Amino acid sequence: MRINIDVSMPIYQQIIDEIKRAVARGDLRPGDKLPSHRDMAREIQVNPNTVQRAYREMEQEKLVATLRGQGTFISDDPMLIDKIKREMADNSVSSFVREMVALGFTPEKIVSLVADRIRGLPAGLPGGPPGSLTADLPDSPPGRLPGDPPGRTEQPVGFRSNE
Amino acid sequence: MNESNQAVETGDEVLLRVEHLSKRYLRAQALKDATLEIRKGTVTGLLGPNGSGKSTLLKCIAGLCRPSSGRIFINGRAPGIHTKRQVAYLPEVDPLYPWMTARQTIEFVKSFYDDWDDRKEANILEIAKVDPSMPVRAMSKGQKARLRLVLTMSRNAPLILMDEPLSGIDPPSRSKILNAIVSEYSETEQAILLATHEVSEAESIFDRVIFLHEGQIRLMGDAEEIRKQYNSSIQGLLEEVYA
Repeated sequence: MRINIDVSMPIYQQIIDEIKRAVARGDLRPGDKLPSHRDMAREIQVNPNTVQRAYREMEQEKLVATLRGQGTFISDDPMLIDKIKREMADNSVSSFVREMVALGFTPEKIVSLVADRIRGLPAGLPGGPPGSLTADLPDSPPGRLPGDPPGRTEQPVGFRSNE
Repeated sequence: MNESNQAVETGDEVLLRVEHLSKRYLRAQALKDATLEIRKGTVTGLLGPNGSGKSTLLKCIAGLCRPSSGRIFINGRAPGIHTKRQVAYLPEVDPLYPWMTARQTIEFVKSFYDDWDDRKEANILEIAKVDPSMPVRAMSKGQKARLRLVLTMSRNAPLILMDEPLSGIDPPSRSKILNAIVSEYSETEQAILLATHEVSEAESIFDRVIFLHEGQIRLMGDAEEIRKQYNSSIQGLLEEVYA
């Protein structure tokens, strides 16, 4: 399994996400055995305890089950793939919508852009004719740039806020 | 079943305890009141710029330098003749004889220790891609570093101390060294304390990190929790702390 680790985020969470994606895609099927945490750690060059932590969290979510002495397996709950797909779709859609709203698009415009995209019509999105996006830009309320996010993200506390 | 799995999680046993350790050289205060614990099964990154006290701390733990004040316990005992067999120390300086081959060096070092593990030796030779027939004289910096790793990690010593095992080494060698560490340390029996000022490539193998600055511990904690809390890599946080 290929996982490109980004060390600016918790690693165990990235392992969980990658396994969920593999299940959603069908690369991992219910009942499939996961590599031992040591093998996985070696492959992606992370601490074995970190992989262990990812496996433990997935166990608590009932995504995998560990059988003593046999290894860790993708749970064979028939609803599992649906559940994961829905959860991941939910996450993607929410972050997409958040991004579009922050860019100043109205709900109707977002829906129509998505619909156009799905029908394969040029919608000024990547793949469409160049420059057509500008024509599609919504009218933004005066005094507010389309790119202005609704609220500033919070600054993390600690060292970085000091200087 | 969940509970029992959590219980066997990395041993909770404290392997190393350092209490209020200070070390003064003639003019410089190398360590000030350092207190820390290392538990079995963990890999701890000892981080900080050059001169922050990392080597001094490792040497005191290895029993190679006497603290000015404070105490150190390795499995409950102060560093000395009894703890030598409990600690494998990889020094920053090169202790290898140029006229020996890798194989002769290994045999020479092996003869000092009764906890040498031939299976580990073979695995690490393989993972770190060390050619046993090569004379030390002909080795690059990276090849020597990989040989030093074989010498340190082939022992079943509970506590492994490594002083800058990655510094000045080309990226392929670093990657081989990290691979060997990840695959050969024992999560149930051993703990690693690894000092480095180059964090970026090593940070994914740390459970815990300790930031040293001018001889004092500035931050200590679980690597993943730090990423979560500061929304940053360990490397990124380190750069801000020492900027």
